Amino acid sequence: MARRKKDSEDRTERVLKKLTDMGHQAIRDIDRRRSPKLSIPVRSLSNVSFNKRRSIIELGNSKQDRLFFNTGMAKKFMQTFLVAEACKQLLDQGKTTSIRDLFYMVKHTIPNSMVESVEDQAESDACLEDLEVTIDTLREELNLFASNRGAMVGNVTLIDSGDTIDCRRMGSGGYNIPSIVEPDVIEFVEINADFVLLVEKDAVWRRLNEDKFWKDYNCILLHGGGQPSRGVRRLVYRFADEAKLDVFVLTDNDPWGYYIYSVIKQGSINLAYESIRMAVPKAKFIGLSAEDKDRFDLPNDNKLRLNKTDIARARQIKKYPWFQKKHWQSEIKLMLDNGMKYEIEALSSKGISFITEEYLPHKFSNPDEMLD
Amino acid sequence: MAKKKSGPASAQSMAKKQREISISEFFSRNRHLLGFDNPKRALLTAVKEAVDNSLDACEEAHITPEIDVQVRPVPDHPERLTVIVRDNGPGIVKAQIPKIFGKLLYGSKFHRLKMSRGQQGIGISAAAMYGQLTTGKPIKVTSKISPRKKRGSYFEIRIDTKTNNPIIQTDEEVPWEHPKGTRIEIELEGKAGKGRQSVLEYLRFTAVSNPHATITYAGPDGEKLNIERATKELPEEPREIKPHPYGVELGVLTKMMHDTKCRNISSFLNQDFCRVSSRVAKQICEAARLKPTSRPSRIARTEADRLYKAINATKLMNPPTDCISPIGEALLIKGLQQNFDAEFYTSFTRSPSVYRGNPFQVEVALAYGGDIPPDGTVQVMRIANRVPLQYQPGSCAVTQAVSDVDWKSYRLSQGRGGMPEGPVVIMVHFASVWVPFTSESKEAIASYDVILKELKLAIQECGRRLSRHLRGRELAQAQAKRRNIFELYIQELAESVHRLTGEPKQPIQDGLVAIAQRATERADANDRKEVRQDKRANKKVAKKSMVVENGNGNSNGNGNAEAQLDLFAEAEEAG
Repeated sequence: MARRKKDSEDRTERVLKKLTDMGHQAIRDIDRRRSPKLSIPVRSLSNVSFNKRRSIIELGNSKQDRLFFNTGMAKKFMQTFLVAEACKQLLDQGKTTSIRDLFYMVKHTIPNSMVESVEDQAESDACLEDLEVTIDTLREELNLFASNRGAMVGNVTLIDSGDTIDCRRMGSGGYNIPSIVEPDVIEFVEINADFVLLVEKDAVWRRLNEDKFWKDYNCILLHGGGQPSRGVRRLVYRFADEAKLDVFVLTDNDPWGYYIYSVIKQGSINLAYESIRMAVPKAKFIGLSAEDKDRFDLPNDNKLRLNKTDIARARQIKKYPWFQKKHWQSEIKLMLDNGMKYEIEALSSKGISFITEEYLPHKFSNPDEMLD
Repeated sequence: MAKKKSGPASAQSMAKKQREISISEFFSRNRHLLGFDNPKRALLTAVKEAVDNSLDACEEAHITPEIDVQVRPVPDHPERLTVIVRDNGPGIVKAQIPKIFGKLLYGSKFHRLKMSRGQQGIGISAAAMYGQLTTGKPIKVTSKISPRKKRGSYFEIRIDTKTNNPIIQTDEEVPWEHPKGTRIEIELEGKAGKGRQSVLEYLRFTAVSNPHATITYAGPDGEKLNIERATKELPEEPREIKPHPYGVELGVLTKMMHDTKCRNISSFLNQDFCRVSSRVAKQICEAARLKPTSRPSRIARTEADRLYKAINATKLMNPPTDCISPIGEALLIKGLQQNFDAEFYTSFTRSPSVYRGNPFQVEVALAYGGDIPPDGTVQVMRIANRVPLQYQPGSCAVTQAVSDVDWKSYRLSQGRGGMPEGPVVIMVHFASVWVPFTSESKEAIASYDVILKELKLAIQECGRRLSRHLRGRELAQAQAKRRNIFELYIQELAESVHRLTGEPKQPIQDGLVAIAQRATERADANDRKEVRQDKRANKKVAKKSMVVENGNGNSNGNGNAEAQLDLFAEAEEAG
């Protein structure tokens, strides 16, 4: 307990220093009669590269200077500082808050004017992202949390903010994964599971939980509610990194599913600066893959046509450097050629528990069918 | 009693029924060809013909025109109106009055190649005929040619549509208080319109394109117009020219050869045309394999054909252009100023050009802002030979030229269909010896390539100048904005930095203010430099009063993109 508290204090110290350094740098600029400036790493595809050795997406070195004395940038510059200051307040008080609350902390009418410091949450969110990436700090470290999303059950016991949680006894709802899962908040007490299974959808997770799949196979079963949130990704990372567990991902057979897997495995473009803390390069893709249709003889009437967005996305994904491996290229090509996508629920046409009784067991017995 | 059915006609029986149709008869049944197809238009056409005549007459006599137009309702006849137009022109000789008003296609202008308003001389008599057809009343004309006489000639005239001759109903001397001039009165079936196609608008446009004229108007609903002339100077009188060889067609060429007084082809070419020297005449004869000494009247058809081809194959100088009298840049602006209170005016007269042997000249004037309504498409005033064109804008070369221009590069938005939007009035004057209209109703200029090109070039020049003016305004707005932004945000930034670091707030704020002052000074200086460059550019282009800017700069313009000036990039490089 004491150790955890010390870790937490250290972290807070580090982050506070980064924030005050930002302020001091501005003062130095002002003293030299230069425009205060922030060098913000560019977060777009052009500045993102795939590190083959580490197998993660990384942010490049391209930066954009944001100057205060530039009519187009002045407002954003000021807003970034307002956000930084608000985060300092949180850290000083040892409290966490949501990013919506942060918006309210920062929003006010500028004295002697009719102008608002921020108009809507999108503005403060954007400045927060800029801040994160500029001072290289996760928002969780700034004491900001997003809403919880995702649930977990399995052979793991942890302490969450002082409460002991045994994830084998979380009933039908599972443990609600919080957005801040840093070691000083979530402490692993005991992990006896053999691997981690992350599924895309809540409904599939329910099925597997009800059938107690995690018990039979002794795994940690989580879902992210679609594209997994930072909390879920970070937790999966910690399981892989600290407990050295293998990670398997199960999604629908569509471009969005492939993308979800790739984010777990390599990181995302948007949060490329955090890949090193979130990406799990060894994660494997169980399915649903395009070949499974024939393998498991899924009936034709369950398939859905790929729409224009799907096709565009698939083509886009096909070009990403981290999907250039042969098996991925042929997988994506097969999907485009078929022009069809499948949801995992399609497996139910072969029986409600087909997934637990046939599909997953088959996959785990035939690991070479998995994609990497 | 059953009617006897006539049997199938034979060529002879048909021949018995055929007879010559007089011109008046033809036109009385085809009124739409002359602009009398509906009561609103009929009124406008009648006023137009009368006013055109008055202006032409005054100019020829070197008198600064004063024209008074009245349109009065007719008691007991709500569908009728009385049109009265009086001018202070030279008046009409008594003997000519019946023919001018009582005979179609009688006039002095048809034979001349000179820029003039009415191109066919059919005008006023057609209005008289229309009045006669619809109300049975004759046209009433009063005229006086000498201020010394106390009385003027008074006529009441009808047109005999079968013979196309005047029938004089009344011919007497009446006392008339005006020193000189002509007054016509027609009672006709007509309706006064409002807005676009109203007499009021027409006369307003006429005043704009004829700034030397004083025009007064009193309408049937009590509306009045009183525009004083903006200048006492009359426009330069255009010279009459001989036809240019490129402009004549084979049939006309043949007729000219038949009618000429010249004894041989060579002198015929040299004297009856412009721009054909004796050397060039010989050249043409050689090319046509004709003897220069041959008699024009004896030329056979095949030879005429060769001559026609040779003419068109020979390189000839362009026709002289003093047959056109443009309004001129200064007067164009004055005309606009009389009718619009704008913040910016500019005008541009292009050098004359040629279309098929016909000289023509394009002038454009533009007014922006002020009390011109900012919403909607720009107002385009089309004028041909100083006569406003009210109808068929869609078929007119002027409209096409305006929409073909890329207005976005001149800082105006451009809607679908290509017409630009904003508080702008564009006046386009097309002056020519012979204006190529799209139809006989003389309302739309034909869109030939060379004409479109000239129109566009003139419009673009005005667009460029407008753009420079707007840029100046934008920069001024950016300046103000710049100051405001920095003022606002400095206090916020100073506060945040103070709270982040714990350092005292005042020095931080003072430091920021000092930098701001320097930054804005630098940006302002930059702007001033740009504005100076723009003003110089505008001045250079037109030494005459082509660009008029009112200091008040009412900025009800479209909020354009803010100027993004990264001042410190330069500053830091400078070290």
